[in-house]
Amino acid sequence: MDLTFTEEEEAFRREVRAWIQDAMPEDMRARAEGAGGFTPEDTANWHRILYKKGWVAPHWPKEVGGTGWDAARRFIFNEEMELSGAPQLSVFGLSMVGPLIISFGTDAQKKRFLPKILSAEEFWCQGYSEPGSGSDLASLRTTAEDAGDHLIVNGQKTWTSYAQYSDWIFCLVRTDPSAKKQAGITFLLIDLKSPGIEVKPMLTLGHTPAFCDTFFDNVKVPKENVVGGINQGWTMAKALLGHERTMLAMIGPSRNVLQKVKRMAATKTVNGRPMLEDPVWRAKIARLEMRFRAHLMVSYRALADQQKGKLPGPESSILKLVGTKLIQELTELAMEVMGESSLTWHNEGVCPPIEESIGPYFCYERAATIYGGSNEIQRNVIAKMILQLPSS
Amino acid sequence: MDFELDQDQEMLAKTVADFAKNESPVERFRKLRDDDIGWDPGVWRKMGELGWLGVPFAESVGGFGGSFVECALVLENLATTLVPEPYLASVVLGGSTLARAGNAAQHDAYLTPMIEGETTLALAYSEAQSRYDVSSVETKATPDGSGGYKLSGEKVWVLNGHHADHLVVSASAPGGVTLFVVPRKADGVAVTVAKTIDGQKAAFIKLDGVRVSNEARLGDEGSGAAVLDRTMDYAAAAAVAEGVGIATVMLHMTVEYLGTREQFGVKIGSFQALQHRAVDMYAETELLRSISMASTVRADEDDPSVRGGDISAAKYQLATGGIWVAQQSLQLHGGIGVTDEHDIGLYFKRMYALNALFGDQEHHVARFASDSSFAEAPA
Repeated sequence: MDLTFTEEEEAFRREVRAWIQDAMPEDMRARAEGAGGFTPEDTANWHRILYKKGWVAPHWPKEVGGTGWDAARRFIFNEEMELSGAPQLSVFGLSMVGPLIISFGTDAQKKRFLPKILSAEEFWCQGYSEPGSGSDLASLRTTAEDAGDHLIVNGQKTWTSYAQYSDWIFCLVRTDPSAKKQAGITFLLIDLKSPGIEVKPMLTLGHTPAFCDTFFDNVKVPKENVVGGINQGWTMAKALLGHERTMLAMIGPSRNVLQKVKRMAATKTVNGRPMLEDPVWRAKIARLEMRFRAHLMVSYRALADQQKGKLPGPESSILKLVGTKLIQELTELAMEVMGESSLTWHNEGVCPPIEESIGPYFCYERAATIYGGSNEIQRNVIAKMILQLPSS
Repeated sequence: MDFELDQDQEMLAKTVADFAKNESPVERFRKLRDDDIGWDPGVWRKMGELGWLGVPFAESVGGFGGSFVECALVLENLATTLVPEPYLASVVLGGSTLARAGNAAQHDAYLTPMIEGETTLALAYSEAQSRYDVSSVETKATPDGSGGYKLSGEKVWVLNGHHADHLVVSASAPGGVTLFVVPRKADGVAVTVAKTIDGQKAAFIKLDGVRVSNEARLGDEGSGAAVLDRTMDYAAAAAVAEGVGIATVMLHMTVEYLGTREQFGVKIGSFQALQHRAVDMYAETELLRSISMASTVRADEDDPSVRGGDISAAKYQLATGGIWVAQQSLQLHGGIGVTDEHDIGLYFKRMYALNALFGDQEHHVARFASDSSFAEAPA
């Protein structure tokens, strides 16, 4: 057993850290700690900066634009990106539909879509959930009827986050209403500029523009935009979930919030001394940091498996469950450290920028235990697949 | 980064697990609960022959020159059937302290016979007032004028103190906290056996002017507290390794029970409330296993700042997650879990014993938070 990164890996970490410091524009760095957070334009800019460096899709195979890094370097890169507070790149193209097209797409689809995902010429969003289909995703009712060389799509998708800034949406649609519910679903790529599409944004609890509803009214979609074949959508959806698993461990964000908690606790006072010197507050922070360490070791185990070319062991299934709970507890601790200042809401200059950033983030991260398969659904899956408990 | 065991380590783990399963099932522990010693010197000798008692010690004293990893593997696997031989007390507490503080003659006299399975050791460090502070020592070591000392005081909860051949005793000498080796049967040593919650035995030991020679002193006067600090980290990591074995068995027994017990005409494991509880038990067990890997690797680190964080985090996870797994496994077994007849309760009590030893939750939270790196470095 050896739990350290090699000297080469540590050198790589220093290289990445130095590059990020250097590459992030001043105004973006300022906004990283500001009340408003990043604008979609910031995210796109950062995407383009990484693209120019060749580092925008480290997890893609080298021949389609990846970096060729091993699992440890990818992990270190992600950690450093998240720790730096840089904008998180839109995951829908780079981490969701991109890898799916790489695995299951036709050559024409790869040629058409992958380069523009890399270059940020086209942004993507996700069309899975519907008003009546959340955890029971397979009950979805948006239809795609066969009309010769194209399909006609009708229905409503919800939680199509960032659709208002996106060019394309990948959707699960029903192509065979008579089949058993999982069997009649198709994975479809739809151009958001198509006639008949309407996008209605909706504010999040953090008052940030993320959520959207997207409506489809007789939208024509060419059949060449089907990925994986007609009625093969459920298989595609499950493959895509696999990509999400480690992404949702929240290692970087947790470390980032922990850092903010300590920075705030070092300057704010209680009983006439910095909170960080108060034993009660130190203990509160220490408890979560120790929990974080245990969680970090679980993700290191998954990483070590990947390094050896093995599939992550069953323990990696708890990463989303534990990581999302932890980020919520950490953002809550950050709110507690702020005391009355946690009342602040999108002000400029009322509280220090670091404090202005906490409330909206705290509110937004309440979604962490819901998206990507709610934690209750995760438990159902782990009970069945790993503990092999009897089904009801 | 590599979490895998090498071939020798795999082999060791398998041998110990097979021994536990085939030669020391839980019934053996049950029987020995009523025995005066509580474990079997014959089995101890066999452990010595198999080399298990020497895994963390240098070859020069008859050990195998391994690391704490091997030690943790033995503990984790012995725990699966609650094997009662005093591995933790004799190898981890007494043995590692002697190895670190003693000279070659002392190693020959006390450590080597223990490694061979001929004798056992105990560490008498705790006192009524000391709680988890090993430097709080009221037992006195008074120089007798001819190079030796007279030891007087009282030690509490000495694991295996009722039967150990030699006790490693901490006492305050003029130069500070100092360690001595004392034969249990020496004049002036009075041993009172105390049963422990987990069906094992410990001792309250009264030292009344016990005469020891200069050769019985381990290291210089005043060197004892630092050695004991080190031993406590070692022991905390050991308790966590054992806790991993306990939690794993409890989870397994519980999942099995949920898959067989029927109520309302169905297996109770089909109820979502119980499934979700079992999944959370699984998560806490994997967190414990993962952080235990870190504390196991760190246990041999000399720098307390590098060593301490993961060890405290691991003991904290035992105190929170490990204890929670123990509680829930009992709950999900229902009434049968609260009987002495069912094994689940035996594991439950062992987890609480491990929790109480070598620093509880508050101790490790405070220790983690007081490290000099805590204020600056995030994780």
